[in-house]
Amino acid sequence: MNKETVLLMGARSDIALALAHRFAKGGNDIQLAARNSNGLIEDKLDIELRYGVNVTLHEFDVLDTTVNELFINSLPMIPDVAVCVIGHMGEQKESERDVQIAALVMRSNYEGPAAILAALANRFEERGSGTLVGISSVAGERGRATNYVYGSAKAGLTAFLSGLRNRLSKKSVHVITVLPGFVYTKMTENMELPVKLTAQPSEVANSVFRAVQKKRNIVYVKPIWQLIMIIIRNIPETIFKRTNI
Amino acid sequence: MNLSGWGRYPRIDAKLSAPRDLATLRANVHKGNAIARGNGRAYGDSAVSTQNTIHMKHFNRMLGFDTQLGQLVAESGVLLADIIDAFLPRGWFPYVTPGTKFVTLGGLIAADVHGKNHHKDGSFAKCVDWIELLTCEGDFKRCSANENTELFEWTVGGMGLTGVIIRAAIRLRPVSSTWIEQRTMVAENISHAIEIFEKFQDTTYSVAWIDCLQHGNAMGRSLVMLGEHAKAENLPSEYHSELLKIRPKRKLRIPLQFPNWVLNNFSVRVFNALYYSVGKRQSAQKLIDWDSYFYPLDTILDWNKIYGRRGFAQYQCVIPIQMADEGLRALLSTISGAGIGSFLAVLKRFGTQESKFSFPMEGYTLALDLPVNTKTLALMEQLDTITLQYGGRFYLAKDSRMSRFTFQSSEPRATAYSQYRSEQGLNELYCSTQSERLGI
Repeated sequence: MNKETVLLMGARSDIALALAHRFAKGGNDIQLAARNSNGLIEDKLDIELRYGVNVTLHEFDVLDTTVNELFINSLPMIPDVAVCVIGHMGEQKESERDVQIAALVMRSNYEGPAAILAALANRFEERGSGTLVGISSVAGERGRATNYVYGSAKAGLTAFLSGLRNRLSKKSVHVITVLPGFVYTKMTENMELPVKLTAQPSEVANSVFRAVQKKRNIVYVKPIWQLIMIIIRNIPETIFKRTNI
Repeated sequence: MNLSGWGRYPRIDAKLSAPRDLATLRANVHKGNAIARGNGRAYGDSAVSTQNTIHMKHFNRMLGFDTQLGQLVAESGVLLADIIDAFLPRGWFPYVTPGTKFVTLGGLIAADVHGKNHHKDGSFAKCVDWIELLTCEGDFKRCSANENTELFEWTVGGMGLTGVIIRAAIRLRPVSSTWIEQRTMVAENISHAIEIFEKFQDTTYSVAWIDCLQHGNAMGRSLVMLGEHAKAENLPSEYHSELLKIRPKRKLRIPLQFPNWVLNNFSVRVFNALYYSVGKRQSAQKLIDWDSYFYPLDTILDWNKIYGRRGFAQYQCVIPIQMADEGLRALLSTISGAGIGSFLAVLKRFGTQESKFSFPMEGYTLALDLPVNTKTLALMEQLDTITLQYGGRFYLAKDSRMSRFTFQSSEPRATAYSQYRSEQGLNELYCSTQSERLGI
């Protein structure tokens, strides 16, 4: 891969920082976009020192969709690769009780990411090159009682990415959907996760890096998740509705 | 959760947190009984506290490098391996390095580690310009040889008991290639080995492998390995295009725990093969890459599993220079007489060192790995007595089983350290299972 510029949105997350290290190790310049981006100064210095690339920090709030164009124009250059790592799980019980809380989960996982990826897609289409990566979730493959608000928003994002890929495939713009499964991150810090099914952020980063190079479409970080989701998707609804997965 | 050091002995049920920011770190420390933990490579329980072990893995960023001074500023959770990865290709190498690169900067400072160059360059303290740590007022204090001097001197080698090291500035060593010129010499017994060490005091790196199986005249027969960073002009021309390139090495994993006898037999066979082949040529000289020279065991990612389920202990003591020959003889004859099976030990000459609580003193240090069982635990007690008898002391980064009595008898400096800790209120916030066992 030639030296490219990679934009990471939601840059404070463990997965985004792992991605920043992986792409910088490959010699690429990095744009880190997040709320309170000044708090990422240590990470900027670290990545620049380790890999000798340029890292820039950019203020970005995915929920403020009105300033997306402004945000893109403020970047020192339109990136070659843009990855949206933003996600917010929330508490399912609270989302059931309070429609505002549910709306925040939906906006953070679907509306916001879709809006910024759409804006970037138009720029990439105009230029005739680029790769867009959306970090979605296996939770979006089928709604379950324990997290369907989050899952439905991720389902929306997955469908959006699929449509975007379909639209842009003739325009030399590539779209990747990542379905990580469980990952050891801040989001899951207090959850007991099955070791065999759970990836480290660096494994997610390696998968995404390879997927960008090889122009893959849909990426499961741990292959076992592909099998699990085939099974879960194919359980008849009459049975599925009574399960407790 | 179950925590232990690299020796996997003892295993302790301990509470572990991994704060991501200073505010959380401070709040966690204020719960008391805190000890910072890096990559868990101390062998015993130095970085374990049942109530409050604090993992520093999220403080792992390098913050600046001054190419004039060769000075790196980094957070304490940065691995030495990452420092080498980033800076060796630019011509810089750690000033002092222990035998593994999978250690954190905080751990290097807290244990004031030594390398094969201690006789010439001193311990890790020598390359530490300043340290910033969280002490007891919940403040971040910078300390150095000129600022908060007392805190600095107790922190380097203080086993994490003066506070949590957050960041530090260290100096690296300029090198012109990644290669080491190694010369191996045969020593027929312990006195001969000492003679070689004394004769080659000007060589930057020196270390010996001792065959602990030998008795009598051959007791302490060993291979003394001397090393220098290879200068570009001394390297064959085919090396010149890639003097500083790091070559990726294949890493091995140990798939299962080995029965206890495997390592001992294997290691001695390797030793014998080398011993005779080197002996035939008198002294063997060769070029060896930095990774194989400094970190031979790092290639096997989890070699601690070799010792089986019960884990192992590393025994490391130092005998002061005046008593070295006699003291080492007493230690070696006890080891070879114990009938515990055969194994290797490592011998190293220390140069002079004045410090508040660090392990090294001018003399000879002996280190050996032992599987943990009743026999070896008894042997280590015997070795403790001999070390005390010859005025030696023990390396806390390796210790997992020493008694309080042994430690206090070996360490006249312990009282002053405990006093300092209580004066500063540090004993109310910081402790490890080890510090409680030893009464620090």
